[in-house]
Amino acid sequence: MTNLRIFTIGGLLSYRALFNWIHPAQYIPTMLLGPLFQILFFTYLGRFAGAESDSFFVIGNAIQICAMSAVFGMALTVGGERWTQTLSSLLATPANRAALFLGRALPNIANGVMISVFGFVVGWLLLDFDPPASAVPSLAALIVLTTASCSAFGLLVGALGIRFRDVFMIANPAYFLMLLFCGVNVPLDRLPGWMATVGSCLPLTHGIAAAREVAAGASLGSVDSLIVKEALVGTVYFAVAYGLLKFFEIESRRRATLETM
Amino acid sequence: MSAQRIGRLVWVGWVFRLKEMSRSGLFVFTSIIEPLIFATLTYYLFTAGSKPGTVLYSALGAGMMGIWSTTLFASGGAIQWQRWQGTLELLVAAPPPFLLVVFPLTLGSATIGIYSLTATLLWERLLYGLPFDPVHPLLFAISVPSLILGLGTLGLVIASGFVLYRNANALSNMLEFPVWLVTGVIVPLSLLPGWASKIGWVLSPTWGFRAVRNSVFGGPVWPSIGMCLGLSLVYVFVAGYFTGIFERRARERATLSLT
Repeated sequence: MTNLRIFTIGGLLSYRALFNWIHPAQYIPTMLLGPLFQILFFTYLGRFAGAESDSFFVIGNAIQICAMSAVFGMALTVGGERWTQTLSSLLATPANRAALFLGRALPNIANGVMISVFGFVVGWLLLDFDPPASAVPSLAALIVLTTASCSAFGLLVGALGIRFRDVFMIANPAYFLMLLFCGVNVPLDRLPGWMATVGSCLPLTHGIAAAREVAAGASLGSVDSLIVKEALVGTVYFAVAYGLLKFFEIESRRRATLETM
Repeated sequence: MSAQRIGRLVWVGWVFRLKEMSRSGLFVFTSIIEPLIFATLTYYLFTAGSKPGTVLYSALGAGMMGIWSTTLFASGGAIQWQRWQGTLELLVAAPPPFLLVVFPLTLGSATIGIYSLTATLLWERLLYGLPFDPVHPLLFAISVPSLILGLGTLGLVIASGFVLYRNANALSNMLEFPVWLVTGVIVPLSLLPGWASKIGWVLSPTWGFRAVRNSVFGGPVWPSIGMCLGLSLVYVFVAGYFTGIFERRARERATLSLT
């Protein structure tokens, strides 16, 4: 029961406390308009390059923008506590760490899904992206899966934020490297082999590939291997992130570096 | 204030800002690593396309995109960090006009963007072994500082908003991609809807980017430099006007130190 309370109420409270972007004056420009312009920019860049269709760029970027919440949000669950000097108080509690951090992931996943859905809607309204109505439920399911998987990666970034002073030094490159490695804007088969291999080990990659096939008319069942891979990647990242959180917490206590700014 | 004292203030502030930013890991990332990621991305995108661009076009475009990113985040941040550190009130209360205190900060931020251009041109040279051989080398050397000045003064306008609005950093988060679009830094303006490309006309980076690009690939450079510098002058007056208003309102509302 206590763990459930930490998971739900704790997660919600921490989200309200740590993120100033929940205010509309911050949320709309940061979480909606910024990603919208990202979609427009890459679609127009793609048109100029004569590479792929609008649909390719809308799907890639509309899913990737979930990382705004999934990566930056999760990174800030640790970085924000450090910034407000509450990280040591938090880690001094006997709270179950899995409930603590998974509870913090949930609002970020919900937010990431909202951002992605917004991206798809504006892509449909403003660009040449018109998936069949029958594909919408499958696309929605893929958005949820990919955002959850990306949040696990974000938790790993957050874990590294315990060890390193500035979590944005990790979150920023992670966000932009996803644009390059995950097949968001360049098909994986057009990247050098090593980049495609790195991409296949990252979240988003398989989810985006599956979403493109579904939007082209494929059923969810026909992309099950991609779905399994995306889920597997997310699970592995969560396991590694959880292990690192425990390890860095012990190390930071030993070295008294939890509040180092 | 005498011209000599103004010059000294701008110089000292500019040098201080350069030193400060060169030690910030986040800005080293924004100005070097991020443009390299974009240079690589656009290169592969062009090669994947039916209309491949050159490596140099990708490198130059990504470098100039990096200059804007650095200017955008650092210009707004210049005010926001002072606010967080509790020094904004001191700067506003200092005897020189506040505009003159902020200008070297935004100019320094834009200058750091040179790292972006250097990084992407080195990327082109080292990875692809291609020489950087601009059509008009002298004009290239003139157009880059013009672009920096144009961005620095645009940064001044952005920074003036941060004096009054604590949430203005949300604008920084939003403006990176749209300005890349409407200034035609890498996507030609002719591809955009007519109304969108017209927005770019009143933005100095549009002309600064065009000047740099034409100096490298050929084309008229001086008209673009002239437009860039002319708009920079306009921005100084606009920023001066708004800074005066915002500064007074912030004093009246006592919001300068609120984070």
